[in-house]
Amino acid sequence: MAINWFKYSAPTTFYGLAGKLIPWFAISSVILCAIALYIGFAVAPMDATQGQFYRIIFIHVPTSIISMFLYLVMAGYAALGLIFNTRLSSMMASAVAPTGALFAFISLWTGALWGKPMWGAWWVWDARLTSELILLFLYLGFIALHASIDDPRRADRAAALLAIVGSVNVPIIYFSVKWWNTLHQGSTIKYSGTSMHIAMQQAMFTMLVACWLYAIAVTLMRVRSIILERERHTKWIAQLAEVK
Amino acid sequence: MKKLSLFALLVLVVRRDLVLAMRRRADVLTTLFFFVMVVSLFPLGVGPEMDMLRKMAPGVLWVAALLASMLSLGRLFSADYLDGTLEQMLLAPQSLSVLVLGKMASHWMVSGLPLVLMTPVLGLQFDMTVEGIGVLMLGLLLGTPILSMVGAIGAALTLGLRGGGVLLSLLVLPLCIPVLIFGTGAVQAVTSGLNVSAHLSLMGALLVLALAFTPWVTAQALRISME
Repeated sequence: MAINWFKYSAPTTFYGLAGKLIPWFAISSVILCAIALYIGFAVAPMDATQGQFYRIIFIHVPTSIISMFLYLVMAGYAALGLIFNTRLSSMMASAVAPTGALFAFISLWTGALWGKPMWGAWWVWDARLTSELILLFLYLGFIALHASIDDPRRADRAAALLAIVGSVNVPIIYFSVKWWNTLHQGSTIKYSGTSMHIAMQQAMFTMLVACWLYAIAVTLMRVRSIILERERHTKWIAQLAEVK
Repeated sequence: MKKLSLFALLVLVVRRDLVLAMRRRADVLTTLFFFVMVVSLFPLGVGPEMDMLRKMAPGVLWVAALLASMLSLGRLFSADYLDGTLEQMLLAPQSLSVLVLGKMASHWMVSGLPLVLMTPVLGLQFDMTVEGIGVLMLGLLLGTPILSMVGAIGAALTLGLRGGGVLLSLLVLPLCIPVLIFGTGAVQAVTSGLNVSAHLSLMGALLVLALAFTPWVTAQALRISME
């Protein structure tokens, strides 16, 4: 039996599929988030050196990881859209961007909340903090460029090129910031979780999956809106039950 | 029509853009004055203590150079875009990447090179050492072409958009961070008696990388913006 691998690469078919998938991702994300918070705040023991404050990492670390991962996802979709000229890939890229920016922001915010009791400062010019901030700038640049071009096709392609240039630049920026940091000041207080308690690991990992599922659910919701907006003049949209 | 060699084409574009720039000298001087003015504002803002100024000098000069190059990037393609020359360049049988490289080179000569030449005077205002100024100039000499080249991508992407200038800075400045870091790092290394070759080599590597890829990427960006 021949399978049509590209069936769901058309917005027409993907719209329905996304609608069916969203509840599953959303509900499992909420459940896992609740489990992670329970393990993180009730089961995991207090840290010997950091007291209760360390519990922020159960949100901070997963959001940081997801924010970086989503940039790659966004650049990947953007590249697909640019190379194969597929409409849906470009829509996915622009749907991922706000979620990525949100996660980068949460990561910076929780990092600041953690830094105040731990380092005694809301912000230190640490390599990781700085590169996360630059990542946020890259997301904002992508969104701003996309928003300021009226023609959606040109917007998609221009933003895609920017995302690809950005993703090539990310390692260069990361290493330059890292070297800059080691040159300017000796290593600041480093938090190295050498022997992490098993409950901490569980909480962090569960939250990572929850964040991931949340990102998928929200991206699918956003891409459905984008499809509706872009294809509003087509016949199949007019025949949708929710539009009628 | 005789077929131009790539190098002859490059020289042609550079010469054309330089002539155009010389006809509108005010634009060139504005960028330079902006650079000098921003640098001069810093002592007024932070106070006249020489120790602090000496420490800040490389960063201040580099950030001012970054901002000055952002200021002039808007003009890189806009005049050609408005009078239709850019469309003809896209249609030309010659390589668009080489045409773009020529425009980048002339942009650097007009807006980057004057900053490098102005640096010693400003460095003395900040009481920098002679070696410090030398390394700073070398860094700027290697780094400002990168700013022109990476900036050209942003200029091509934001061609003809409303609020293009601010958007351009928003897109390009994060990408220029490594240049800033290595440029100021080299000066800090020389003032603290360390070897500067690592920073300058990395800057050279970035320059080669930019030289290899940005003309092509900019050409693609122009095609996207002009279609």
